[in-house]
Amino acid sequence: MATQNSRSAARLMLAPAVILLLGWMLVPLTMTLWFSFRKYLPLRGGDLGWVGFDNYIRFVSSSSFWPSVQTTLIIVGGVLAITVVFGILLALLLDQPMWGQGIVRILVIAPFFVMPTVSALVWKNIFMDPVNGLFAHLWKFFGATPIEWLSQASLQSIIMIVSWQWLPFATLILLTAVQSLDGDQLEASEMDGAKPLQRFGFIILPHLSRAITIVVLIQTIFLLSIFAEIFVTTGGAFGTKTLTYLIFQRVLESQNIGLGSAGGIYAVILANIVAIFLMRIVGKNLDA
Amino acid sequence: MARGVTNNRKIINTAAAWGIGLLIFFPILWTILTSFKTEAVAIADPPVFLFFDWTLENYSVVQERSNYGRFLWNSIFIAGGSTLLGILIAVPAAWSMAFVPSKRTKDILLWMLSTKMLPAVGVLYPIYLLFIKFGLLDSILGLTIVLMLINLPIIVWMLYTYFREIPGEILEAARMDGASLKSEILYVLTPMAVPGIASTLLLNFILAWNEAFWTLNLTAAKAAPLTAFIASYSSPEGLFYAKLSAASTMAILPILILGWFSQKQLVRGLTFGAVK
Repeated sequence: MATQNSRSAARLMLAPAVILLLGWMLVPLTMTLWFSFRKYLPLRGGDLGWVGFDNYIRFVSSSSFWPSVQTTLIIVGGVLAITVVFGILLALLLDQPMWGQGIVRILVIAPFFVMPTVSALVWKNIFMDPVNGLFAHLWKFFGATPIEWLSQASLQSIIMIVSWQWLPFATLILLTAVQSLDGDQLEASEMDGAKPLQRFGFIILPHLSRAITIVVLIQTIFLLSIFAEIFVTTGGAFGTKTLTYLIFQRVLESQNIGLGSAGGIYAVILANIVAIFLMRIVGKNLDA
Repeated sequence: MARGVTNNRKIINTAAAWGIGLLIFFPILWTILTSFKTEAVAIADPPVFLFFDWTLENYSVVQERSNYGRFLWNSIFIAGGSTLLGILIAVPAAWSMAFVPSKRTKDILLWMLSTKMLPAVGVLYPIYLLFIKFGLLDSILGLTIVLMLINLPIIVWMLYTYFREIPGEILEAARMDGASLKSEILYVLTPMAVPGIASTLLLNFILAWNEAFWTLNLTAAKAAPLTAFIASYSSPEGLFYAKLSAASTMAILPILILGWFSQKQLVRGLTFGAVK
């Protein structure tokens, strides 16, 4: 039973975390919001005053804006499609009886623990290099001309690298969900003559729907802000400039803080739309 | 009829799973192997898989040339410091929400989670400015604070889900026996919470170790951790495959080993308890 005393103690214990996070959220966000309404060029005259919604309009009417939105959507959509589809297949496979299941799990999960700069650099040089890369050797072996992956097929290459990093995450979560599947139900349906595909469509997939939604939402939030993979491989060239990367360039490379901040606010709004859906699911789970 | 699994099917499963598992693991395996090759063997066509003269030369070259040790220490300090600091702040918070819940507990938890969704790039410049103002740019302290803050919601959530599984009756019994709040936490709660805290520590250490937006943007020479060290291997050094591989192996191996221990907690930690 919580007494008055323990209640105020509890509030006191909660305070540091709440205050820190509140500060972490409010202070920089307020500053970004403030800058977004000003013409602010630190290297070319500094703070040149209030400009209203000018930066917001300029950010979306710049010629790099729509391509960057498109690039972002292609990368996020591509990675999601690959990781969810292969994640489901892999989770179903790993759930089957086999020898050495623990070791296979370890092999599959490993890429998730590789730091993004390492995986980007290793893929870029050791695998995708058009002269000495492993893929180039493979292509030559079959008599084909090696592909210049990061310039000719830049988007596909980045999708591949990022999918490799996130497939373990999707697989692990979907595997956890598959393992909680009711075996009796599957057996009963099998006895009633349901074909494997029917069992998948009517029992397994509905059971996984919640886990799939969560994988999609969490990955979307992380994928919207992938940075190192692009920074290290193409530096935003060859049509790989995402919204995040465009904002980064506006802020740090061209030092146009006002414009970059307006972009930042767009990114915050975009992330919040996704976050609301995620919160609903997580929130429902809290009541249970 | 039980779902009899024939040996045949088990063999097929095993072969398929091992094949795919090895395919997924191959880039890491290849990097580790390449780190023991000479530069000439590393780019040999056709590629050499296992039968080459193994050498440790790359490791000593990388160590000498780039002072790998310093980056390693920075990574350990930043990841370790931010995790410990986060745990110190999160344990009381999670404790109070798990055992003395109020009407607002759920809202506070969800709000904390929402701060995690804030895209870093949206606040890059303000943080940059604040760092300059407080002299935190390129400092271990500054990065430790930022990484602690971005991982704090996950730490609170993980601890909360663990604490909620501890039966409240035990704490009540202790209270009835006259235990003070301090001794309740110290002697009753802590021993039961240790496994949960340990896995939270592990997972967040990994996340902080691999974080690559703030570590790349807020450090230069002095406080750069391994993520930045590796990024500096972009061209032209990237063309020295064996050395790049040695540097990469050193950066990922410690975390790969820790990660294999924490794979079970990963699901809980990263889905905020929504998938069990």
